[in-house]
Amino acid sequence: MTTERTFFEYLVHVSENQSPLDFMLIADHLDKFFFGALLTLEITALALVIGGAMAVPLAIARAYRHRWLNGPIWAFTYVFRGTPLLVQVYLVYYGLAQFDFVRESFLWNPVLSSPWWCALITFSLNTAAYTTEFLRGAIENTAKGEIEAAKACGMSKIQMMRRVILPGAFRRALPAYSNEVIFMLHSSVVLSTITLQDILGVGRWLNGRYYLAYEGFITAMVFYMALVFLISQAFKFWEKKWLGHLRPRTAGSTR
Amino acid sequence: METSASQTPALEVLDLHKRFNDVEVLKGVNLVAKTGDVISMLGASGSGKSTFLRCINLLEVPDRGTVTVHGETIRMSTSKYGDIVPADSSQVIRLRSRLGMVFQSFNLWQHMTVLENVTEALIHVLKLSKTEAADRACQTLDRVGMLDRKDYYPAHISGGQQQRAAIARALAMEPDVMLFDEPTSALDPELVGEVLKVMRNLAEEGRTMIVVTHEIGFARDVSNRVIFLHEGAIDSEGTPDQVFTNPDSAQLKKFLSNAIH
Repeated sequence: MTTERTFFEYLVHVSENQSPLDFMLIADHLDKFFFGALLTLEITALALVIGGAMAVPLAIARAYRHRWLNGPIWAFTYVFRGTPLLVQVYLVYYGLAQFDFVRESFLWNPVLSSPWWCALITFSLNTAAYTTEFLRGAIENTAKGEIEAAKACGMSKIQMMRRVILPGAFRRALPAYSNEVIFMLHSSVVLSTITLQDILGVGRWLNGRYYLAYEGFITAMVFYMALVFLISQAFKFWEKKWLGHLRPRTAGSTR
Repeated sequence: METSASQTPALEVLDLHKRFNDVEVLKGVNLVAKTGDVISMLGASGSGKSTFLRCINLLEVPDRGTVTVHGETIRMSTSKYGDIVPADSSQVIRLRSRLGMVFQSFNLWQHMTVLENVTEALIHVLKLSKTEAADRACQTLDRVGMLDRKDYYPAHISGGQQQRAAIARALAMEPDVMLFDEPTSALDPELVGEVLKVMRNLAEEGRTMIVVTHEIGFARDVSNRVIFLHEGAIDSEGTPDQVFTNPDSAQLKKFLSNAIH
């Protein structure tokens, strides 16, 4: 018992005085970083789900140049892709609160007064804008012949969309979508600027509390890298599963 | 074969007109196919033969004329912009499922395996159960010699194999009439034979087929009627013997001499 305790004290001593990085301090606060990672993942994942679900009908309307919807959707994607996410979040979180009618509306409490909700709404709209545009491209790239074959065998328009056009388009968009997911994760650091304790938020808090320069940021970096690694592994798996038809032809290649 | 099916033509096309902008592609083409007929349509490129075929299942909407499948005429109407459009899209969808089509460039769905390409419409258009569809698809693939390639993606097999898979896809629907749009034109010469062999088998078992083709040999040996289109109108029509042995039109003579040599 006594040796262990001494060894622990020795570690703390090294960590505080000799190591360039106070790893014992980081270890002490790892639980906070994990909670930060949960918040980062929660908002990023929810935004991707909501934004992704929005993007499908928007992309279809754009791809087929819907008479009334095409223009407004184009304007929406242009604004959200043309401005920094940070500015969008500030506008929603700090900007909307300036208006009395917003503060008095039923949306104020609990939605627009909460940084969590403001971030989720803005992130969702932002990723919806990006996803809409590359999904539109993927839909437009559907081979004309595949659509004709679907028509010729008696599919309805909805069946054609569900069975031929979207499955092909989703697959073509998958590599671009993995970029969007990682991009969204990286952009989620914006959360720490509106009082939320995401991974970077915890890092900033740690640095501030103990007057440190790196510890919080480096730990945050490690966490982001680990998440990106997991995401890219997941997409590797999905690409293997769904993009078999795009693999180069080899002897005896099946699905 | 003196049944009611042979009295009602499998397919009847009357006075088909089609114009693309200023070009009149079809100038009133007629065709009657009895059950079991194999009709080859020949013609130089630009003669309108592919357009004619595509008008039959309304991949192109004809400006004038009627298409009747087993006694049921596709109803057309005029839209508020003055275009001719199908009056009832559900009728078009239903009749299309009875007209199997095989394309020049195969048009297999790239993200599906050969088997999935064949079962797709069986499950979602004919509403067969998955096992029924798979059974029927495997039988059909076996008939075109593609059963051993059923789990391959289209990109991983040869053009001839893709076209045989596409034939199986159309055939599995058990259509009343099969439409072939230059099925061998996109193939390397050494792959043409395997596709023609499959088509020959289909003709021999009594399938009703309309074949737009450049294969004079197939038209002469397999079909029981040949139609030669020239500039959007029927120039010559008859049995292969009448058309090939004693061509009476100058256009046809010119076409045949170019095609053979």
